[in-house]
Amino acid sequence: MIELRHIGFSYGKTRILSDVSLEARAGECVAILGNNGAGKSTLITCINRIRQPEKGEILVDGRPVRRMGRRELAQNVAYVAQKNELSQTTVLDCVLLGRRPYMKWGISSEDLEKCLAMLRRVGMERFQLRNLSEMSGGELQKVMLARALVQEPKVLLLDEPTSSLDPKNQYEMMALVRELAHERHITVLVVIHDLNLAMRYCDRFFFLKDGKGYCYGDSQVVTSQVIQDVYGICGHVAEIDGKKIVVIGSV
Amino acid sequence: MKKIPKVPLSEKSGRLYHRYIRRKWLILLALAALAMAAGLASLRAGSSGLTLKEILAALAGKGTKQSSAIVWNVRMPRVASALAVGAALAMCGCIMQNVLRNPLASASTLGVSQGASFGAAVSIICIGAGTQINAGSGAAASLTITHPGLVTLCAFCGGITTTILILCLSRLKGATPSSMVLAGVAVSSLFSGGTTLVQYFADDVMVATVVYWTFGNLGRAGWGEIGLIAILTLAAFVFFFLHRWNYNALESGMHTAKSLGVPVSFLVPASMAICALVTSVSVAFVGCISFIGLIAPHIMRRLVGNDFRFLIPATTLCGSILLLSSDIACRVLIPPVVLPIGALTSFLGAPLFLYLIMRRGSIK
Repeated sequence: MIELRHIGFSYGKTRILSDVSLEARAGECVAILGNNGAGKSTLITCINRIRQPEKGEILVDGRPVRRMGRRELAQNVAYVAQKNELSQTTVLDCVLLGRRPYMKWGISSEDLEKCLAMLRRVGMERFQLRNLSEMSGGELQKVMLARALVQEPKVLLLDEPTSSLDPKNQYEMMALVRELAHERHITVLVVIHDLNLAMRYCDRFFFLKDGKGYCYGDSQVVTSQVIQDVYGICGHVAEIDGKKIVVIGSV
Repeated sequence: MKKIPKVPLSEKSGRLYHRYIRRKWLILLALAALAMAAGLASLRAGSSGLTLKEILAALAGKGTKQSSAIVWNVRMPRVASALAVGAALAMCGCIMQNVLRNPLASASTLGVSQGASFGAAVSIICIGAGTQINAGSGAAASLTITHPGLVTLCAFCGGITTTILILCLSRLKGATPSSMVLAGVAVSSLFSGGTTLVQYFADDVMVATVVYWTFGNLGRAGWGEIGLIAILTLAAFVFFFLHRWNYNALESGMHTAKSLGVPVSFLVPASMAICALVTSVSVAFVGCISFIGLIAPHIMRRLVGNDFRFLIPATTLCGSILLLSSDIACRVLIPPVVLPIGALTSFLGAPLFLYLIMRRGSIK
C-alpha cells in the first residue's frame, strides 16, 4: 500500500507539483494521467527519491520513504524509466541488476534462480544470453519489467511503459503488468497517455492538471467533463461489450 | 509483496549461464598469461643479448652478477613501471567512461594530463628545476631534468588541481556527468593555454626540456615511485571492484541506478577523485602517455562485454599488456634509440581506435 500526502516539488522557482495526495492499495494498478508537463513523471520519481519532494510525506505500508536507506527503498519501490539506456550487456545480466539491493558480495545462486524464474514468467528465458541491443521494443520492456520485479517491491513505478510500443505489444505489456500486480500484490503506479489502455487495464485513475491532483477514483471518474478539463479536448466515454472506451472528438 | 517462488534452475539455463561465465574467466586467464609473456619479452628486449634462460635464472636469484644487474636494475623497473602505469591508466579510463557516461573519457578528457604538463612546464621554466646540456647527439640525449623530484611534485599538483577545479565547478550546479566533461574541456584548455604562455617566455632549451618531459618515459620512475603507483592502483582496483555492480547499474542510466539503491551522488565524484589521484601520480612519474586509458576499455568491451565484474580486471590487464608492448616496440624499432613512449602509444592507438570505430560504426 502506498500513500502520498500533500507532495510539493519545484525546479528552481518553477512549481511542478503542489499538494498532491494519493492512496493506493496492494495489488491495485493506478493510472497517472494528464497532459505533457503536468508533473506525472516528476511525481513518480519523487516516490523513490530520485527527486526529493520539498513538501509532504510518502508512506509505503505505513513507513515514510524518507526514513528508508537506499537499499531498503530499492527493496520496497522499483522503477522502470521511460527511456532505457542500453549497454552492451545480456538480458540475464540486466535482470540480475534487480537483485543489487539484496547483494552482499556478489550474486548468489538464489539470485540467479529468481532472475531466471522471472524471465520465464515474462516469457523471456530463451533470450537470457542475448544482448539488450538486439531486442525489440516489446521484448526490452518485458526485460525491464522483469528487472524491476526481481527487486520484490511492494510498489512498482512505470513511466510510460508503452510509449514506444506497437498496439499489440502495448496491450500485451499492460496485460502482463496487471496480471503480475494482482498475482504478487504489488501496487503499480503507471504513467500513461492512452486513455483506452488505461481504462482497460487499470483499476484506478489519477488525473493531474498543472501539478495538482484533479480527480481520483475508479473508472466512474473518467468522464467527458474530466477529459475536457484535463486535456482540453472533447471526449466521449462509451461502453461496448461491458468495456468502457474513450472516443476523442474535436480539439 | 508475495515472494518470487524459488524455482530450481532448469538444466539448460544453468548450463548456458555457467558456460557464459566460464568463457569470461578464460579470457581473463588468457590476458593474465599474455601480460606475463609481454613482461618476459620486455625483460629480454634490449642490446645486451640476454637469453630467456639467463633472465629466468636472474629472476630466481641464480643469475650471473651482470645478468642480475641488467634484469633487476635496468629492465625490471621498466617492466614494473609499464605494468603499474598501464593498469592504472586503463582502469581509470574504464571507470571514467562509465561515470561520465562518455566513451571518450580518459585522463586527457578530465584535463589531468594537461594539468600535469602545465605543472612540469612551470617547474622547469619558472622554478628552475631546469636543464643542463650534456654531450651527445639528439635533443633527448642533450637534455636532462636536474630536479626530477620537483618536476614530479609540480606535475602532480597540476594534475590534482585540475581535478579539484573540475569537481568544484561541477558542484556549483550539481555534479552531472555532462557538466564534469564540459568542465574538463574548459580546464584542460586553460592549462594548455597556460603551458603555451609559459613556454613563450622561455628559452629554446627549456622549451625543449618541457617537450621532452611530456614525451613520457617509463625509465624515469624508480622502485619507490613504482611502489607508490602500484599501491594506489591496487587500492583503486579494490574500490572499483567492490562497486562493480554499481557501475553495471550506472550503465542503465542515473535514474535507474538510483532506483536500484546505488549511491550515485557519492559514487560518481568519489570514482572521479580516485581516478584523478591515480592518473595524476602516474603522469607525474612517467609523463604523458595517451590513448591507453581510452583504447583499453573499448578493446575489452568487445571481448568481455560491459559487465564490470569482468571489464575492470580485463581492462587493467589489457592496459599493462598495451603499455608493455608499446615499450618493447620503442626499444627495438630503431636500436639503440629508445623512442618516446607517449608518442608511440598515440601513433599505434589512433589507428587502432579508428579501426574499432569503422568496424562497428560507432563506439558504444
